Amino acid sequence: MKYLCLVYLDEKNLDTVPDSECIACGEALRRSGHSIAAEALQGVHTATTVRVRNGKMAVTDGPFAETKEQLAGFYLIDAKDLNEAIQLASKIPPARVGSVEVRPIRELSAT
Amino acid sequence: MNEGSAAVARATAEAIYRAESRRVFATLVRLLGDFDLAEEALHDAFRAALEQWPRDGVPENPRAWLVSTGRFKAIDGIRRQARFVAIDDVAEQVDAIPDDASPLDGESIEDDRLRLVFTCCHPALSPDAQVALTLREVCGLTTEEIARAHLVPASTVAQRIVRAKAKIRDARIPYEVPAPPELPQRLDSVLRVIYLVFNEGYSASSGSSLTRVDLSGEAIRLGRLLVGLLPEPEALGLLALMLLHESRRSARASPTGELILLNDQDRSLWNRDQIREGSALVEVALSSRRIGPYAIQAAIAAVHAEAARPDVTDWIEIAGLYDVLLRAEPSPVIELNRAVAVGMRDGPAAGLVLIDTILERGDLHDYHLAHAARADLCRRLGRTAEARTSYERAIALARQEPERRFLQRRLAELHD
Repeated sequence: MKYLCLVYLDEKNLDTVPDSECIACGEALRRSGHSIAAEALQGVHTATTVRVRNGKMAVTDGPFAETKEQLAGFYLIDAKDLNEAIQLASKIPPARVGSVEVRPIRELSAT
Repeated sequence: MNEGSAAVARATAEAIYRAESRRVFATLVRLLGDFDLAEEALHDAFRAALEQWPRDGVPENPRAWLVSTGRFKAIDGIRRQARFVAIDDVAEQVDAIPDDASPLDGESIEDDRLRLVFTCCHPALSPDAQVALTLREVCGLTTEEIARAHLVPASTVAQRIVRAKAKIRDARIPYEVPAPPELPQRLDSVLRVIYLVFNEGYSASSGSSLTRVDLSGEAIRLGRLLVGLLPEPEALGLLALMLLHESRRSARASPTGELILLNDQDRSLWNRDQIREGSALVEVALSSRRIGPYAIQAAIAAVHAEAARPDVTDWIEIAGLYDVLLRAEPSPVIELNRAVAVGMRDGPAAGLVLIDTILERGDLHDYHLAHAARADLCRRLGRTAEARTSYERAIALARQEPERRFLQRRLAELHD
């Protein structure tokens, strides 16, 4: 089963976790066969929000909601069940200073 | 089969339902991988038992019969729905159900009960949902009974349970006993749920308790189940703690529902059997050398239980145990309890210094029992004006009516 681990961090804590640690974490997950994709994101000041209402596109600056913790990156992992996903998520370095939201992937149904 | 033995078979089926339904359910959840499917299969199996046992006799192993009948009925149900879904999906769903050649011996069935407990108390579920799901699925209470016990509408409880089951299914919370590295943390969550259930029953035991299920009794039953399945020191400690608290039930409130403090309780009303059992469990838990907060609290309750009169209470032992507890689980409330014990051991002045330090820090500023404890120490020191101020503050903060009335009586008894 696939889980998306969303890494949230207070922007002022972004520098507290060195990139080298995150690279090592991504490599470890790839080696154990759990990683599908993992990326870090640019700061929230670079974000653009897109909505379509009544067929018209509206583009606004910034994220949908102003919160203290910002989405800083993600890991798409393959785990046996939620327990394994939680164990893997706890190894993601920013879990120590921010938080990691673990969300199961929903299979879209064609019918 | 004649009329008489048919009636016996029917009575047997009903007795087995009462004693075994949660065990059978726990195994069906493992086999079918879904709570709702298992619940339906359980009811189908018992309906079949009520039909067949009076006619054909009670099977040799009723529990195994119920499990395999439930499993069969579930597969049958999935196949019947096949008309509405793609054949591939049905085949996949049926194939995923393990055959019941898997052993149904006592041990694997008990493992299923433990799996059920750990799944219902999974920390990924909200605390409210953990409690509701445990009472529903492990204890077998109805949604209405759980709602009455928590004084919330039945629809609220039903929604909590539906959401929790959806999360178990959609996020794939596994049906398993956690592996040793995760066990201590996961056990904490199970113990917390059981203690929460116990305390709700304990604090609600006065007033409108007649129509409410005995949550304390359910919690003790859960505690016994857990100790039987997983005799970890803290599980023993929690069961001991609950038994020792429960032993004072009939002494802790007057017939009119007025609160009676430990000091003023008629100790002849204490339940000796529960004290004996609780104290023995404390001994076992303490001898494990892996002592946790529940076992220490139980040890404190046991010291109180051993005193024939309040004035022979071993306050040196109790204050010492609070030191250990404070190291194991630092919290302002434990610090407050320790201060009260020190006040008993070294005199009220020593206790007052400690309580004032806690209050000055602001931690328990709005906690009525901190002000009630301070009031009591001031009263014993003859500092009546201060005692009055503290009682008034405690009364303003107390939320439960019997507690408020108790504090008001104490305030009225103060002499200028």
